[in-house]
Amino acid sequence: MSSEAHLVHDTGTGISNNKLLMWAFLGSECLLFGGLISAYLINRSRFHTGPAPGDIFDIPFTSVSSFVLLMSSLTMVLALSALQRGDIRNNRIWLLTTALLGSLFIGGQVYEFTTFLREGLGYTTSPFSSAFFTLTGFHGIHVSIGIVMLMSLVISSYRGTLTQKNSETVEIVGLYWHFVDVVWIFIFTVIYLVPSPTS
Amino acid sequence: MSTDTDTDTDSGAGHEHPTDARYVRIAILLAVITAAEVSTYYVDIGPVLIPALMVMMVVKFFYVAAWFMHLRFDSVLFTRFFVTGLILATAVYSIALTVFEFWSKG
Repeated sequence: MSSEAHLVHDTGTGISNNKLLMWAFLGSECLLFGGLISAYLINRSRFHTGPAPGDIFDIPFTSVSSFVLLMSSLTMVLALSALQRGDIRNNRIWLLTTALLGSLFIGGQVYEFTTFLREGLGYTTSPFSSAFFTLTGFHGIHVSIGIVMLMSLVISSYRGTLTQKNSETVEIVGLYWHFVDVVWIFIFTVIYLVPSPTS
Repeated sequence: MSTDTDTDTDSGAGHEHPTDARYVRIAILLAVITAAEVSTYYVDIGPVLIPALMVMMVVKFFYVAAWFMHLRFDSVLFTRFFVTGLILATAVYSIALTVFEFWSKG
């Protein structure tokens, strides 16, 4: 198996500066999402002017969305593996599959938000709703940015500029994508599965 | 799909890389854990519910970070960056939640 991504780089640390930068960014993202999750936990019981979380969450639906996002991590890592082998065709297929799964997740989130709005839970309805929409909305924006990055990789591939030699680009986008998945692992458990207050 | 062996040795820098089959097996494990998590919504397991959910969440996090994000094979510097962010976030927000009396409210 060839792996350009792990070659020794001509840098002070001997590792890729771009990859190091992505990891530093992901470390800082932990603080962003930690703050949003904490704000949600503090406000989850403050819903007196609207529906309670326990009354409005659709766990079976969100479980399917979570499964879709989890499987997109598999397709992302298969895309990287294919490119590291020099298999351009499979790399494109897996990148497109990952983008498609991400889009399905976003579609599910839009459906969920629309349903909540119809049931009377708007962004300013209660402190709970503000914290919930901010947290899940920020995550959705991250997934959307990831989809744009994936599609730009696909376009680069069709232009012939994404090859085995620069597979590190796919690896770095993959790190971002997996992080978004990891954040959802936390959100799904802490916000949806841990029993929520009911009215 | 490449071969079904668990790891290949990278000839360039001596790092080990999982095969596609290995990635698929990890994804199946993650799917099974997710199914177990979701089952707690339908089956009442009493006071062990929250500890069980936390353990399953951490196991899923570990597998994605170690295998899919390649922390298991990459430079330890990357792990340090990520873990530092995680520890900092956990410490800062545990203090914030304590200040807001989150734990005493249950």
